Amino acid sequence: MKYWKLLSVFAILLVIFACTSEDGGPGDNPPTGNDSFDRGAMLANWADNIIVPSFTSFESDAGTLKNATNLFVDAPSVQNLQQLRLLWEKSYVNFQNVAMFDIGKAEEIRFRDRLNIYPTSASKIEGFIANGNYNLELPSTIDAQGFPALDYMINGLGATDTEIVDYYTINANASAYKEYLKTLSETIAQLTTNVLEDWNNGYRDAFVANISSSASGSVDKLANDYIFYFEKSLRAGKVGIPAGVFSNEVLPQKVEAFYKKDISEKLLLESINACKRFFNGGNNGGESFKTYLDFLNTIKNGADLATIINTQFDVALSKANTLNADFTQQIATDNFQMLETYNELQRNVILLKVDMLQALDINVDYVDTDGD
Amino acid sequence: MSNIKKYLNKSTSAAPLAVFRIFFGLMLFFSIVRFWAYGWIDKLYIQPKFFFSYYGFEWIKPLGNITYILYGICAISALLVAVGLKYKYAIVTLFLSFTYIELMDKTTYLNHYYFISCVSFLMIFLPANSYFSLDAKLDQKKAFSKIPNWTIDSIKFLLCIVYFYAGLAKLNSDWLIKAMPLKIWLPSKYDLPFLGDLLQQEWVHYAFSWSGALYDLAIPFLLLYKRTRWSAFAMVVIFHLMTRVLFPIGVFPYVMIVSALIFFDARLHQKIIRSISNLFRIKSNSHISYFEENVKKSRSKIPLLVVSTFLVFQLLFPWRYLLYPDELFWTEEGYRFSWRVMLMEKAGYAQFKIKDKKSGEQFFVDNSDFLNPLQEKQMSTQPDFILQYAHYLGEHFKSQGHRNVQVFAESYVALNGRLSDPYINPNIDLMQIEESLRHKDWILPFEDEIKGF
Repeated sequence: MKYWKLLSVFAILLVIFACTSEDGGPGDNPPTGNDSFDRGAMLANWADNIIVPSFTSFESDAGTLKNATNLFVDAPSVQNLQQLRLLWEKSYVNFQNVAMFDIGKAEEIRFRDRLNIYPTSASKIEGFIANGNYNLELPSTIDAQGFPALDYMINGLGATDTEIVDYYTINANASAYKEYLKTLSETIAQLTTNVLEDWNNGYRDAFVANISSSASGSVDKLANDYIFYFEKSLRAGKVGIPAGVFSNEVLPQKVEAFYKKDISEKLLLESINACKRFFNGGNNGGESFKTYLDFLNTIKNGADLATIINTQFDVALSKANTLNADFTQQIATDNFQMLETYNELQRNVILLKVDMLQALDINVDYVDTDGD
Repeated sequence: MSNIKKYLNKSTSAAPLAVFRIFFGLMLFFSIVRFWAYGWIDKLYIQPKFFFSYYGFEWIKPLGNITYILYGICAISALLVAVGLKYKYAIVTLFLSFTYIELMDKTTYLNHYYFISCVSFLMIFLPANSYFSLDAKLDQKKAFSKIPNWTIDSIKFLLCIVYFYAGLAKLNSDWLIKAMPLKIWLPSKYDLPFLGDLLQQEWVHYAFSWSGALYDLAIPFLLLYKRTRWSAFAMVVIFHLMTRVLFPIGVFPYVMIVSALIFFDARLHQKIIRSISNLFRIKSNSHISYFEENVKKSRSKIPLLVVSTFLVFQLLFPWRYLLYPDELFWTEEGYRFSWRVMLMEKAGYAQFKIKDKKSGEQFFVDNSDFLNPLQEKQMSTQPDFILQYAHYLGEHFKSQGHRNVQVFAESYVALNGRLSDPYINPNIDLMQIEESLRHKDWILPFEDEIKGF
């Protein structure tokens, strides 16, 4: 008798061994109880009220930028250059609202890298223009395209607007300059359309449906993307690296929008605001990290983490607001303010990466090995 | 005294130890194959630039591509142990190769790997090949149907220590009064069928915490006592399968379930052996001699001496944390090798400042240039990792031509849902600190109190 008991125990064991996949399997059983947090609703809010509208708005800007570029290329003039510059700035600022969503198609085509790796390589760009042989899909061309490359092409070629326009008119290689400029804007528009179309044609539903708690689940992935963006691209890229936090000396040539100069602060403020808005679930405050933390806190009775994080966002914003519009100026005159801004952003990295991820029980850049 | 002598001379059926040997060897074999198949050898032992070694075992490092051969040796010796061929050599090789693997990088430290090292060490001194083994079949002189009782009891004793100490460790205020860390871990399993919603309930977190502690403390006694044994075994199965479903703990639950069989008497193990014989068509007359009263007498006192010393060591070693001031969970001084299993939730962030002492020039390090995400995660919450990494960084930047190198850590740790606090004293140049077993006074004090073990 007992032998059979033992056998049945092993049978159950085997079945469970076979049924529990390493990753916990896809979760298609949305929790419906009132007393549990609805991750599906959070994903839907993220997709429908933040991510897709942001990409839609940015795609429109990228299209306008492309048209303005074509207008300038067809009729290079100081006036058309200034018009192009305005639209470049507008879409560069708006890009800050989509930069953090490095998921799905955007991740596949390295959207953020292809649109905003800086400092851009002027020599590489000049080389491409000179020999006309380049493929912007290659990873090696990452620092010769996107907004920073456009920055060089419309702000950095000469000291005055007339000098810049000369490159597109009387320069011996003017047609190549025009061609490269056109390709840059077209690429930005095309990549953005690819990402938005993917969201509109199925990816949105797949994203919202994937409420799995595993590392491949949407919540886990986007949380990691969000924090990675805030830590590496925003805190380090926009402030820390140029302010010399990671080097022996300051590196003002590494500020965002180096050739335009006076919009670095504007880009920073826009991106902090975008991160804060995402944290709070958009302007209308739908389900978000904030409401998720609030829900978990009803179980935990711990510190009010969501409020602490929001307060820290505000402190960082007000600090960033005191900076010079031109970070190269700020670094040259009073780099201490840059470091202070970095420190306030750093505080939020710790709150997001250590405290929030612990509360949500999400692993940082998950490595799938055993724990005990 | 005479009682002890009587106990030591007592013999018992060799079947339970034979079954244990077979399952232990097979489990280990599959666990190594699984590890290999997932590509973890490459990811954890080949790719990283830098490995965290154990204090005193700095000379043990991964061997590049030879690491695969090491795993191969380990897997083959596990199979040899299972079938009981050249057992003595096989078990020694298994112990050495497995332990070497575990000592290569403490990033991957797991209590259950330590458990496997302990058991395989123990088994070096046990006559596990006396019965139903190829050794016994090929050489009748090695075949015995009865072995000293203490040999089987030593495994039971080790298992009891593992469970009971794991239970004791749970008797602390975070676990029992705050239901931490289960309050963090369980709600995040919202997508489990049937259980998902339940795991959001506070009472469930308390029920799991308390029953988990109670289970660990009581199960050794319930398994030892004959009348509760079957229900205890059912609890073992349910408990470990539950942990398997809730947490990513690999093959450990199965190892523990199979190990618990050792508590049953020999009749059950005879049945298991008979069914294995039937399955593989092993002719019963080939091991008929085992059923003669054929008692293995140990000529040497050494096995008994080693095993009893080892078990006393196991009893005492987990208490070394009492020698250190401040909170164990915070400093982790004496945390490993003490059966503290799935006990706390700790997250951290550490960045390192490289400073030129003379010029005052400084910069921060990007950890991802040197560590993989798992290493960075483990490093950021454990002081001995932080110190070793700081020294590595210091040496690295010296070799890059930097001079007067000082290394400072700025780090934050959140423990069991508390808000993150500064962890390592940021004003201490870690290059000036040498690793030792003394208390690390450069860890900032824990700003709260956790009562209990």
